[in-house]
Amino acid sequence: MAATAISSPRPRTSRLQRREFLFGLLFVSPFLIGLMLFWLGPMLYSLFLVTQKWNMLAAPRFVGLRNIQYIFTDPLSGKAMINTAFYTFLGVPLHLIVSFSLAVLLNQPIRGRALYRTLYYLPAITPAVASAVVWVRILSSQYGILNELLKTFGIAPVAWLFNPPYTKPAFILMSLWSIGPQMIIFLAGLQSVPKELLEAAEIDGANAWRRFWRITVPMITPVLFFNLVVGIIGSFQVFTASFIMTNGGPQDATLFMVLYIFRNGFEFFDMGYAAALSWLLFCVIMVFTAIQFRMSNRWVYYEVG
Amino acid sequence: MELAQATPAHKIGMGGMLQSRHLRTKISHALLHVVLLVLGVTFIVPFLWVASTSLKLPGQIFISPIEWIPKHPRWENYAEIFTYLPFHRFVLNSFFLAILESSGAVIASTIVAYGMSRIRWSGREVVFGLVVATMMLPGVITLIPTFVLFKRLGWVGTYYPLWVPAWFGNAFFIFLMRQYMLTIPIELDEAAKIDGASHFRTLWQVIVPLCGPALATIAIFAVLGSYNSFMLPRIYISQTSMYTIQLGLQLFQGRFGNFWHLVMAASMISILPPIILFFVAQKYFVQGIQLSGLAGR
Repeated sequence: MAATAISSPRPRTSRLQRREFLFGLLFVSPFLIGLMLFWLGPMLYSLFLVTQKWNMLAAPRFVGLRNIQYIFTDPLSGKAMINTAFYTFLGVPLHLIVSFSLAVLLNQPIRGRALYRTLYYLPAITPAVASAVVWVRILSSQYGILNELLKTFGIAPVAWLFNPPYTKPAFILMSLWSIGPQMIIFLAGLQSVPKELLEAAEIDGANAWRRFWRITVPMITPVLFFNLVVGIIGSFQVFTASFIMTNGGPQDATLFMVLYIFRNGFEFFDMGYAAALSWLLFCVIMVFTAIQFRMSNRWVYYEVG
Repeated sequence: MELAQATPAHKIGMGGMLQSRHLRTKISHALLHVVLLVLGVTFIVPFLWVASTSLKLPGQIFISPIEWIPKHPRWENYAEIFTYLPFHRFVLNSFFLAILESSGAVIASTIVAYGMSRIRWSGREVVFGLVVATMMLPGVITLIPTFVLFKRLGWVGTYYPLWVPAWFGNAFFIFLMRQYMLTIPIELDEAAKIDGASHFRTLWQVIVPLCGPALATIAIFAVLGSYNSFMLPRIYISQTSMYTIQLGLQLFQGRFGNFWHLVMAASMISILPPIILFFVAQKYFVQGIQLSGLAGR
């Protein structure tokens, strides 16, 4: 920025500027080309696909807006959207509460913090397939360890993955197992809260509770906002767990949007309808992201400078 | 007199208060350790259970209460699963893909980040905006159209759709590298430029040697992301000999799901490499996640 201010419109400088512009463009070109090839191009092509009926074998047939109309008459698309929304709007706040609480506990000056952090983080690096395969058995009604644990409290065994009202809560419970990254992000945020601010408040007579709610929480709202936005985007695209554990069942209780898109695209080969469903999910996610950015200036506190 | 008396009394009072305060922190720390330990065990129990179940016979699994440490561990379970499916092949395929993908992602992301942090040109802020926007875009939108694209190219059934896109850089890695490179003093580049070094030489000989921690971080995340990925390999790979470990595990679960001890042994094979990687490079994991949180600032 300083360079632009200093530079005079002499041709020598502008030649250098042009050279640097070309080099800059050259260095970022892999990203820009990738953006065209794997994002913008496919998105435009997907808009075209929405107007087609195509099974990838016969020639594609133009059907106008029929794929979009079908979303509203297809009972499964509504079910998938409601399931996904339920999973997201119950799961994400729980993730935030639990990971934030863990981070607060770990932010205390005690011994063995690194060990605890490792324990909480390990599930997050477990491959999704392996964790699905393992959790099928943790949640098994007959010999699963969850029901074994409940038995010690005198609670009758629950058919977690076979009884529709229990499946989504079971999935949310399972997703809580891998909140390690969010916890670490919160922890980094907590550690960056200026010590002087907390000490000044203590001298002014604010107790720990007040310091927490009036200083710590406002100071980490940007981190909370980040975890919320990223959490919602990720949660709306849940796939592997339901694909492997229940394949959408029982009675479509875990049929999530991406699973339904996957089925339409790669099992029924209805590319046009799969593209329409992708656009629906995409728009829903973008709308919620936009709403959050809109509302962020009401509660997210950014330090000036 | 009064003052002389008051001082020791005051001192005792302070000392007593400090002592009781000390005791209070001790008790609260002990309580904290109990809570943290109980939670830690909850997080780790599934791993212990997988390990324990993988060393049992069916007769030892389906009993209650659970026998956590099998009296006669059956290591043969691990040999047995290899007789059903070539798990060594799957692991090697996964490693091969992880290396191809991560090297591409690291090289391309480093080059792009250099263009966004070390070269002064109008438009680099626009590119930065595009990078951040791409980080937020839900990938599901490209699932169907890129499949059609790769089908047209004749790439379905090959590894190309899995690793070629990585060589165009990854928005998240570009972001991390850019942030890291911005912390390096620009005077170093200027000195190199005075010595007549081109941008490529400056990147390779001045900047890259200073980016060790950031490079390690993105390399680890790229390897882990590739190794753990499931949906794309599931879409593009159909031949069993080309399966990654995740596809192999899913296949095994489908065929031998009733044999818990064998499925758990197969799961252990899938889980172990990332856990080993984590313990070798824990520092970079934590660093990388902390940096990712900066995206929120």
